Amino acid sequence: MAVRPARKLNERPAPMTPDPAAPGPAPRLQLRGITKRYPAVVANDHIDLTVGLGEIHALLGENGAGKSTLMKIVYGVTRPDEGVIVWEGRAVAIASPAEARKLGIGMVFQHFSLFETLTVAENIALAMDDKIKPALLVPRIREVSEKYGLPVDPDRLTHSMSVGERQRVEIVRCLLQSPRLLIMDEPTSVLTPQAVLKLFETLRRLSREGVSILYISHKLDEIRALCDTATVLRGGRLSGTAVPRDESNASLARLMVGSDLTACQLLPREPGEIELELINLSLTTRDPFGTQLRDLNLRVREGEIVGIAGVSGNGQKELLAALSGETLSDSAGMVRLCGQPAGRLDPAQRRGLGLGFVPEERLGRGAVPSMSLADNALLTGAASSSGTDMVRHGLLRKRATRAFARATIARFKVKCGSELSAASSLSGGNLQKFIVGREVRLAPKVMVVAQPTWGVDVGAALLIRQALIDLRDQGVALLVISEELDELFMICDRIAVINQGRLSPTLPSAELSIEQIGVLMAASHADETVTGEPVDVAV
Amino acid sequence: MSLSSQVLQALWPFRLEQRPVPSSLMRLASPLIAATAMALTGLIVFLILGEDPMTAFQVFFLKPLSTTYDLGELGLKATPLMLCALGLALGFRANVWNIGAEGQLTLGAIAGSGIALFWGEALGSLALPVMMIAGMLGGMAWAAIPAFLRSRFHTNEILVSLMLVYIAQQLLGYLVHGPWRDPDGNNFPQSKVFVENAILPMLVEGTRVTVAFIIGLLLAVASWVFSTQTFAGYRMLVAGLAPAAAAYAGFSERRNIWLALLIGGGMAGLAGISEVAGPIGLLQPVVSPGYGFAAIIVAFVGRLHPFGIVLASLLMSLLYLGGEAAQIDLQLPSSITGLFQGSLLFYLLAADLFITFRLRRVRRESRAVASAAS
Repeated sequence: MAVRPARKLNERPAPMTPDPAAPGPAPRLQLRGITKRYPAVVANDHIDLTVGLGEIHALLGENGAGKSTLMKIVYGVTRPDEGVIVWEGRAVAIASPAEARKLGIGMVFQHFSLFETLTVAENIALAMDDKIKPALLVPRIREVSEKYGLPVDPDRLTHSMSVGERQRVEIVRCLLQSPRLLIMDEPTSVLTPQAVLKLFETLRRLSREGVSILYISHKLDEIRALCDTATVLRGGRLSGTAVPRDESNASLARLMVGSDLTACQLLPREPGEIELELINLSLTTRDPFGTQLRDLNLRVREGEIVGIAGVSGNGQKELLAALSGETLSDSAGMVRLCGQPAGRLDPAQRRGLGLGFVPEERLGRGAVPSMSLADNALLTGAASSSGTDMVRHGLLRKRATRAFARATIARFKVKCGSELSAASSLSGGNLQKFIVGREVRLAPKVMVVAQPTWGVDVGAALLIRQALIDLRDQGVALLVISEELDELFMICDRIAVINQGRLSPTLPSAELSIEQIGVLMAASHADETVTGEPVDVAV
Repeated sequence: MSLSSQVLQALWPFRLEQRPVPSSLMRLASPLIAATAMALTGLIVFLILGEDPMTAFQVFFLKPLSTTYDLGELGLKATPLMLCALGLALGFRANVWNIGAEGQLTLGAIAGSGIALFWGEALGSLALPVMMIAGMLGGMAWAAIPAFLRSRFHTNEILVSLMLVYIAQQLLGYLVHGPWRDPDGNNFPQSKVFVENAILPMLVEGTRVTVAFIIGLLLAVASWVFSTQTFAGYRMLVAGLAPAAAAYAGFSERRNIWLALLIGGGMAGLAGISEVAGPIGLLQPVVSPGYGFAAIIVAFVGRLHPFGIVLASLLMSLLYLGGEAAQIDLQLPSSITGLFQGSLLFYLLAADLFITFRLRRVRRESRAVASAAS
């Protein structure tokens, strides 16, 4: 299907098509009155948005504000119910992503689908509109990935790549097609600070070359550093536009959330006994592309939060499985929980010792998608040491389970129908609140949390972080693995960095700078000369 | 927009789209729609075969329900289907795909018959309970093979359990042709007739339905209690719905595989011994007309729910009886039963699409926007 100029619709007034007599070049993209209704919700309610030539335009909003729907409309994945899209001065109907790409629109999705059994080059070849042999793409992929500081091995199979690595593949794929408008959906959540800066350089260079960029994010600092203009959405409606450089984080957040936010407080506190200890934990992985853990040593004491930073794919997945018991260690003494050797205990037994665990994947691992929240409370509630009484003599006690779920929903302000709603009916952020809430309310002695606020909106992130800090203040030992450095600095007493399966010594977060951590994250262990000295990085 | 797609849209202005939530109404309606579509297909088949569809219908679906004896037959044939399907459904819901209920049924028949033939008289009134337990153990032993191989070597239980069906049938053939053949049986490949106390009592005078039918109903209730009220049942459900969540919660995968296969095998074994100790009364080369396979259809038509399975087993039993009646009264080929069973499953799978999807008329407004370019 070819894209042709729009026919003027009789019922629509003339301003729906751009005035050809208007001075200056037409903006790259204009959206007018875009509306998209879904059976349950109006995702976009008459949204207007204009992106100029070479402009870096931020699209800002909480989860569920309608950012992703709007971008899917621009990219031809979804069609709007009402409204007009004007591309470089012509009204267009974008019926498919292929048409969008033909126009010169490229998109890096937040959730991407790569064929797991194919290599990076093969995946990219499949996604290209022109049929090019994967082997011919390899040098181009190398070139682009080096130029933009996005390390990707074109010959690697994708099935074992981490989320972060997969995202790099997506970005490289888009850049290969030299788009005129690049849509980026939360692209930096999995990059090191240096890589973020490098990406920003790239984006600025692209912008100077005349490429317009639509940048979806909830990281206010980034938007203020990078973007020329910001359009803020709230609840499917346009909440305002702003020039981010002239705004403060607080004023942007206010536009986004509609009210002021309070920051969380981490008061100094003397840590107590060692509750979680890794002693020379080494783990070979069966996964051919997994990361081997080598000689990990770590101590987490009661009443402190230890953070582990690192670019995804450096052993976080393996470390988390070794901590939860989903992977057993070679010897029991490698993992000690509450003073007991726990390396050979299964996840339920570790829970019995007092472990709480929030995994990285919410649907399918942290919760059973088709089960109700009450039934999902039972998932870990039954094995907990806290005496929730959800199972007695092998029989389920549904009343206790439902009461537990109800209390969790109330305390963590989970937006849902009731405790009988299916987990899959909740938004990602709300489900995360429920899972964190469930683990917190099971009164753990040791709590391991992976990506506590990934994809969670600002308000919910605050609530989750505060809940973790409250646990710390009650004397729980917490380990947080996160790719968001800001978050680690906000809530952690000490921070270590995982890189290529090795763990750096932990350092008090007050004595660390973001740049130091960035160096540790990017260090190659081939030379073993990581000093953690600060480096100058121009922002 | 191209002309061909416009023509297509004018002729078929519908689009398949995902429902926001799966329809629970459709989940229940789907088997009814499938049964109706199956009946309509049957109608057309009867027409093509030159039968008066009304007569054929009457013979196929109503005659098997007309007398007490016929109703007894309905329950009789529903019993093994119900028993097998109840066990299989628990496994299917736990993501364990036991396809070999037919073989486990055969082993159950062999094990139970062994008790009846060699200790039937000596055990007296205990003979039947011991036979039932032996039948279950026989089925479990056969199902333990795929359980062991999957949990130890990660073999595929679908293939292993299926291949074991044929081994079981060969084993049965060997026994009735060889060591267990009745010496006074005029060389017929069958065992001695079971003694009186090794035969299941009739449920209703003048019919052939046995107490095994009641056992089946009780086990349906037990299965419902197991999967909705016990923690063990919950664990199996989680293992089926989200294996990664089961691993995260620390539910053992090995235990899940063993439990699912042992329950399925035990129930199939019970079905097997109920057949030979019931209507057959002795061991012969064929103890089941494919009940173990038909039970897979029953399990799905019954929505893997115990009470649904009870109803579905009655429907499937009706198809067996209707097929027999059609052979006798209308001289139709015996494959007519398979045709009905197959089309039932076919339509069910098709109708199940609409649990998670729905057809929607392409909306005017969105077409206006979409065709703004044309």
